[in-house]
Formats: sequence, C-alpha cells, structure tokens
Amino acid sequence: MKESWKYKIFKVFNVTILIFIVFATLFPFLNIVAQSFSSESYINAGEVTLWPKGFNIETYKVIMSDNMFWINYKNTVIYTVIGTLISLILSTMIAYPLANKRLKGKKFLTLFFVFTMFFNGGLIPNYVLVTSLGFGNSIWAIVIPNAISIFNMLIMRTFFQNIPDELEEAAIMDGSSTFGILFKIVLPLSKPILATMMLFYAVTHWNSWFPAFIFFSEKELFPVSIYLRNMIKGAEATVGTGATSADNLVQISANIKSVTMVLTVLPILLVYPYIQKYFVSGVMLGSVKG
Amino acid sequence: MEAAKKVKELKISKNELWTSIRKDWQLYSLILLPVIYLIIFKYGPMFGNIIAFRRFIPGGSIMGEEWVGLQYFKMFLNDPTFYTVFANTFILAFLLLVITFPAPIIFALLLNELKNQLFKRFVQTASYLPHFFSVVVVAGMVFEFLALNGPINSMIANLGFEKISFMQMPEWFRTVFVSVDLWQSLGWGAILYLAALTGINEELYEAARIDGANRWKQTIHITLPGILPTIVVLLILNIGNFLQIGFEKVLLLYNPLTYETGDVIATYVYRVGLESGSFSYGTAIGLFESVIGLVLVLGANYLSYRITDNSLW
Repeated sequence: MKESWKYKIFKVFNVTILIFIVFATLFPFLNIVAQSFSSESYINAGEVTLWPKGFNIETYKVIMSDNMFWINYKNTVIYTVIGTLISLILSTMIAYPLANKRLKGKKFLTLFFVFTMFFNGGLIPNYVLVTSLGFGNSIWAIVIPNAISIFNMLIMRTFFQNIPDELEEAAIMDGSSTFGILFKIVLPLSKPILATMMLFYAVTHWNSWFPAFIFFSEKELFPVSIYLRNMIKGAEATVGTGATSADNLVQISANIKSVTMVLTVLPILLVYPYIQKYFVSGVMLGSVKG
Repeated sequence: MEAAKKVKELKISKNELWTSIRKDWQLYSLILLPVIYLIIFKYGPMFGNIIAFRRFIPGGSIMGEEWVGLQYFKMFLNDPTFYTVFANTFILAFLLLVITFPAPIIFALLLNELKNQLFKRFVQTASYLPHFFSVVVVAGMVFEFLALNGPINSMIANLGFEKISFMQMPEWFRTVFVSVDLWQSLGWGAILYLAALTGINEELYEAARIDGANRWKQTIHITLPGILPTIVVLLILNIGNFLQIGFEKVLLLYNPLTYETGDVIATYVYRVGLESGSFSYGTAIGLFESVIGLVLVLGANYLSYRITDNSLW
C-alpha cells in the first residue's frame, strides 16, 4: 500500500525525535565518562562534552588507591550479597505457600502482605524501631528492614502458580514432603524467576544509600553510595546524620566525582544486558496479575 | 437463623484450618517467619506512630513517655513551613502526573511506528538505562550536568546568554526535578504500553485500511482504545501513589537555597525528626501524609473497581 506524503514526513520526524531521545538519555552519562578521563583544566573551562580532553587516568589511580574507597566498595559488595540472599529467601518463603492450593486463609494472608505496599509506618517510627533494636551501625539496619519487596514477591507467586500441579501430586504420591517438593521440584524449575529476582534485589541493594545514611556514623561501614553522596554534597555545609562535616569544606573536583560515579555504576553496566532482558520479562510477568 | 448458620460455617472452617495446619505444617511453617517479620518491621512502625500522640524522648520508651493528645498536630497547623512543604508536595506531584505520566505513552506510540526492529531495540535498550542508576549517581550527574562549567551552561554561554546556577535557584528546582524524573522513567515507563500495543489485533488495522483510514486515524480509533485499559490502570496506580514523589531524590537535589520550592513533606519530616530530633513532631506530620496517601490509594482502588472491574486487592 502506498504511504501518504504526510506519513512519510511523520516517519522522518519520528526517527529524528527518537534519535534525540536516545542522545538525551545517554548524554549525561557519556559526559561523566568523558570527564572522568579528562584533565581538570578542560573540565573547568567547560570544554568536555562527549570526548575526553587532556586525557588523564591519574584520577582513576588516585581513587583506586584510596583505602576508604575500597573499604566502602567492599562494604557495598558484602551488603548486596547478604541482602540479596535474605531478600530472596524471605520472598520465596512467602511466594511458595501463597501459590500452593493447600494453604488456607490465602485471601487474608495476601491482604496482610499487600497492605504494607500502600501504608507504612513512616520514616521516624521506622527509625525508632531499627535503632531501638540495636541495629545502628550494623549491616542489619540495611539488609533487614527493607528485605521484602511485595511487588517482587507477587511476581514470584505468579510464576510458582504456573508450575503444573501434576508434578507436585506425583511427588506427594512418591512420599515427598513439602520441603522435598520445594527443593527438588519447584526451585530447580524456577531458575529463570530466581535469576530475575536475584537481579532485581541485587540492583536495589547496590543502589541503596538512605538506610546507611541515617543509621551509620562510622566511615568504615559506609557503602560506596555514601562515599559518593558525601563527595557530591561535600561542597555544601549540610550536616546529615551520617555525613561528616570535617571534609565538607573542601571543594571536590568534577574530575574526582566523575571517576567515583563511573566506578560506582560500573557493576550495573556490566550486568545491564542481563538486567535488561530479565527485568523486562519480570515486569511483563508481574503485569499478568498486577 | 442466618446468624446461627454463619457461626456453624465459621466453626467448620476453623476446624478445617486446624486439620490443614496439622497435615501441612511444613507449608505453614514456611510462611510463619515472614509473617512475624512483617509484624515486627512493617506493622510495628504503624503502631509506632503512637508517638505522634505521646511525647517521645530519644533513648526512652519506643512508645513514648506521656500522652499529649493532639498537641503535635496543633503545632504543625500553626507552622508556616508546613503549609509551604504541603503546597510544594502537591505542586510537584501534580507536575509529575501531567508530565511524567503521559510521556511514556507518547514514547511507546512513537516506537510503535518504527518498522526497523533493530533500531527499535536500540532505542528501547538505551532508554531503560537511567532507570537502573542509583539515585545518588543520578544526583551527581545532575550537579555536573548543570554546573556553571557543565555542558548546559557552556551551551548557554555559547549562545551569548548569562550562565545560570540552576541548583541554587528556587525558580528552577521544579523544572530540574521533573526533567530528571522524566529522563529516568521515560523508557522504563513505556514497557507496559509496548506490551499492550503488541496485543492489538492486526486485523483491526487491516479493516481500517480497507475503509481508507490513514495512520493518524488508525492511531486515534484503534491504537489508543487498544491501550486504554493499561492507561487507566496505571493512572489509578499513579494517583494512589500521588504523594510519593521520590523523597530520596529531593533530599539529594535540594539545598537550603531551594527549600522555598524544593522542600516537600517527607524531607521536612526528615529534617524536623532526624536532624533536629523532634521525633514526635516529625511523626505527627508523617502520619498526616500517610493517612492522605492511604485515602488516595483506597479512593483510587475504589474508582478502579467501578471503572475497570480491576481492583488492587
């Protein structure tokens, strides 16, 4: 079929807009990468856009030899691994029974879980609870209170519901217990959803900063996100609970900030191809029954 | 009669529950720990809101020391800052609803017109990226991007205008905040619409073409109605989360110079409660916001149930 000239014009226009969107999406990030490899004088002159000027990898060396950076980076890795594990286990412990036909009171339990998605105690009661449990300055303050995402749990439940009942019935005939079925049949069949959830949770934990910001005062415990946060907000004299004011007065160069940002998002970029694939299918799966 | 029958049914179901628990104790034991976890960490703080009505002393009882009634609520009603942050929250929420909400729909429609699948993939993949950046990194990029020697100001200077210190000017805060939100959510927000678009029956387009409808008319009469249910559901969810405007992002982007337009309820609660240590006062303001939020969710859910037969629970 012949296209009208109007539609042809639209198509050109459309491609132009979309290319612009891609450019606008990637530009701030590419600019940071370029800055991270540039020398400070070019950055200050406002000459660095998409390509490094006055090529420099000294700053990378400096940051990477900063002890505190590595301590904080290592902390993020530890918090992410442990946090993801806890999140994954707890979510499975809810999603599997909720997907099981034999569980009674499912309606009430689902409401009990879903309600917390829409109403929460708020910042200060949460803070009071976590500190009075003695979690301040400990990993538990960031991996426990936000361990479960009900949204993720519901996606998992939908997946478990779609596993054919016959498999389970056959296992019961063979004398398998519930735990046996879970470990020998359900979990091995659920590798795709477990991988998706692992990525979901790992990204959230990797990017998390606020719990550490309010519950941690010891620098040695900070995740790298707080290291970066204090650097970004460093020029200002704001004193947060977790921020230290001593080095806040020093103006930190754009070059150093850029390097830290690039190093912080690097792991996300490395897993991005997988994230992209799994996250999209995860969101689709969740939308089947919202 | 009716009541007696109900009691009987209840008894039976109670017995059934016990038999079921005895038979499948492993199943119930799995969910027991998460239930206890939720009671402590989610429902606990809900009851912890009692300190909005009781004087709380840091280090004292987590339920507060003495009953003071509505004292803290009266306090914020007389607090001029409360009205500022309340208005700021609503203005930002409204801007996000009218700008960040429809943008992914338009983006999905534009993507849908692409015939070249490879190019479409590329645009999509690129557009999802900012969604995965930590809010701290995003804030860092914003500061660099809008710095006096950053790319935007270089462009402004090249065009012969005065440089603007965006992050220090209250009149720019809303524009910056909404732009950042748009930048981060445009691609990701389009996913569900793209899924809905692939579900539209190709024959409908075929029939419309035979009737002589051009692409624009097809979009208005077939494409948009086809994704309307998705739009309605997401709109309702959005209204339900109206007040949740990304408190962490505000906290990182604003500063005392931009409080005038940038300070929202959640950030005010943070400053009053955790920075100044007025726990009870902060809790009272937070509770007020949570209750408005809950009313919005319940209202949105009711609307959703009436309009689309879809309810969230």
